[in-house]
Amino acid sequence: MRETTIAVELQGVTKRFGDVVAVDDIDLTVADGEFFSLLGPSGCGKTTTLRMIAGLELPSQGSLSIHGEEMGLRPPNKRPVNTVFQSYALFPHMDVRTNIGFGLEMRKVDKDERSDLIDWAVSLVEMDGMEQRKPNQLSGGQQQRVALARALVNRPEVLLLDEPLGALDLKLRQQMQTELKNLQREVGITFIYVTHDQEEAVTMSDRIGVMHEGRLLQIDTPEAIYERPITRFVADFIGRTNFLEATVASGDEVVLTNGDRLRVPTSHPEGTAIAVTVRPERLTVHGRGQAPEGSHRLDGVVDSAVYLGNAVTYSVSVDWMHLEIRCPASLAGDRRSPGDDVTLSFDPDHTSVVIG
Amino acid sequence: MAAVTTPDLERQAERAESRRGFLLGLPSIIYLLVFFVIPLGVVIAYSFATRTRTGRTELNNWNLEAYRRLSEEVVRAVAFRSLWFAILTTVICLALAYPLAYFISTRRPTTRNLMLVGIMIPFWSNFLIRTYAWRLLLDSDGLFTQMASGMGLGDGRILFTSKAVILGLVYGYLPFMVLPLYASIERIDWSLVEGARDLYASGWESFRRVVWPLSRPGVIAGSILVFVPSFGAFVTPAILGGNKKGLMGSYIVDQFMDARNGPLGASLSVVVLAVMLIGTLVYFRQGGRNL
Repeated sequence: MRETTIAVELQGVTKRFGDVVAVDDIDLTVADGEFFSLLGPSGCGKTTTLRMIAGLELPSQGSLSIHGEEMGLRPPNKRPVNTVFQSYALFPHMDVRTNIGFGLEMRKVDKDERSDLIDWAVSLVEMDGMEQRKPNQLSGGQQQRVALARALVNRPEVLLLDEPLGALDLKLRQQMQTELKNLQREVGITFIYVTHDQEEAVTMSDRIGVMHEGRLLQIDTPEAIYERPITRFVADFIGRTNFLEATVASGDEVVLTNGDRLRVPTSHPEGTAIAVTVRPERLTVHGRGQAPEGSHRLDGVVDSAVYLGNAVTYSVSVDWMHLEIRCPASLAGDRRSPGDDVTLSFDPDHTSVVIG
Repeated sequence: MAAVTTPDLERQAERAESRRGFLLGLPSIIYLLVFFVIPLGVVIAYSFATRTRTGRTELNNWNLEAYRRLSEEVVRAVAFRSLWFAILTTVICLALAYPLAYFISTRRPTTRNLMLVGIMIPFWSNFLIRTYAWRLLLDSDGLFTQMASGMGLGDGRILFTSKAVILGLVYGYLPFMVLPLYASIERIDWSLVEGARDLYASGWESFRRVVWPLSRPGVIAGSILVFVPSFGAFVTPAILGGNKKGLMGSYIVDQFMDARNGPLGASLSVVVLAVMLIGTLVYFRQGGRNL
C-alpha cells in the first residue's frame, strides 16, 4: 500500500458565505487509501469542506491540494475526485447503465472499455439485471448503490461521500456501512466521508475529524476520539459521557468540585478550569463502601434505573451532580433500585481531560 | 342494515361520487357544448357543403370540393407561408426565451418574481392595441425605423413586410415561450448539474446532457403555445403585414367575408385545427410524459 503518500491536503482553508464563516481556517491531511470521516452536527461546515475538495465551492482562502497538486480555481470536471451526493443526484432521464457510464463518456473512454468498466461497477454494487431501469424505478438503497457505482467506475483518486446513507432506513444503513467499508478495502481508493452519525463514523473510519462551527476540533482514530477526547464538544458528540468539573492543580493532578484530588496527567497550566470526562460504561456501581481500593470512589444515591435488555443505566446523584452509569445487565440480579446508597468507582486512566 | 361493505355498496358509492362530479361540471359542459362543440360541428359540416353561385352555402349536397381546392397553388402558398412563419416565430422565440428563462430561474426568488411580473405586464393591455403600437414604431418616421436606419440597417423600413409580421408575432408570443421554459428550468435539481460537473462534464456538456433534456417539457410546451397561435394568426399579419401576402388566419376570414366561400373557409379552418391538434398530441406524448 502507498499508505504514506498524501491524498488530500488542506492548509488554512476558510470559506465565507457573505458574513457567515462556514469553514474556519482548517488544516487537514488525508493519507492515500485512508477511510477518513468528517463528523459533526448539521451546519458545522463538513459538507462545505467536502464540496471545496470536489471543486463545487472555492475556498475563500487557503491552499487545497490533491496528490500534491494545488487545485486552486480548477473546476470540478478537472479534478481527480468523484462525489456521491447526499441526494444521489442520479440523472432521472438516463437509465442505470447510462448514469454509471456518464463520467467515462465525458472522458471519452472508448466504447468497449467503457462497457467493460460499467459491467465491473454494476456487479461491484450488485445491480446486475437492473441496468435498463430509470432511477425512479429503484428503491433508495438501489439508487444509493448506483450513485456509488457511478463514482467508483471512474477509479477516482479520492472518493467523496456526502452522507450517502442518510436517506436509508436503519437496517439498510447498517448493512451498507459494512458493504462500504469492504468496498473501500477492495478498491483501495481514498474515501472522505461526511456524516453527522457518530456510530457510522466510528464503525467505518480509519480516522475521524470532528467539526463544530466551522472548526476542526480533533483528528484522531475512532478509538482515540472516543477514549481521549480533547474538547467538551467532542466528548459530548461522540457517545454519552459524564463531565466532572475540575481545576488543574499541578501537571498530573486535578481537583474536583467536591475537593477530591484525581491523578490525571494534563498539559493545561495550573488553575485552568477543565472537566474530567468519564464514559457511563467506565463507571462501576457498588454497595456503599464496597468499592475496591486503587480506583477513584464517589458516594451517591440511585435516582433511577432503566433496563435496556443488554444493559442497565443508572442515574446516580453524588452530592454536587448527577452521573450516568451503564452496566451490563447481569443475570445474578444485583440490580440497584432508586434510593439505594451506592459507591461509584472509576479508574483515572479511563478518563480524559477536556476543555471548552 | 348492518354497515358491512360489499362490492355492491362500493360500486354504489363510486357511482354517487361520479354523479356529484358531473353535476359540478354541468354548467361548463353546457357552455362548451353550445358555444364550442356545436359551432365546431357547424364548421366541419360547412367544409363538406356546396357553395352556390350567389355565394350561399348549401348543406344538402355533401361533397369534398372544398378539400379538393386546398391543393390549388394559391391556397398551398398561403398554407406553406403560414407554416414557415409559425416555425420561424417558434424558433426565434425559443432562441430568445431560453437564455432569458435560464437567467430568471437562477436569480434569487424576489428578483425572479419581479422579472416574471415584468414579462406578464404586456398582457394587461389589449393585444390589438399593442400591435397598433408597433405600427407606430415601425412607421417611416417611427422610433424603430429611425433607430434601425441610425444603426445602418438600410432605411430601416420594415412595415408591411414579412419581417414586420415575424417581429410582431415574436413580440406577441414570446411570453408564452418564456413562462413554460422558466417553469421547467426552475424545477431542475441543481445537484444534477453539480453531479455532471463532478463526473467530468464541462459547463457546455452538462447543459447539453442534463439541463436541456430536463427542460424539454418546457421547450415542447412553449413551442406548441407559440406555434399554434402563430399558425392561425390574424391580427398581426393584418396590421403589420398590410395583408399583401395572406396568412392562414386572414385568408380564412377573406373566404367567409369577401369571397363568400363558406365551404373553403371551413375546410381551411379544419386543416388549421388538425395541425394544432397534431401539435398538441405530440406535446402530450413527448413532454406530457415527463411533466
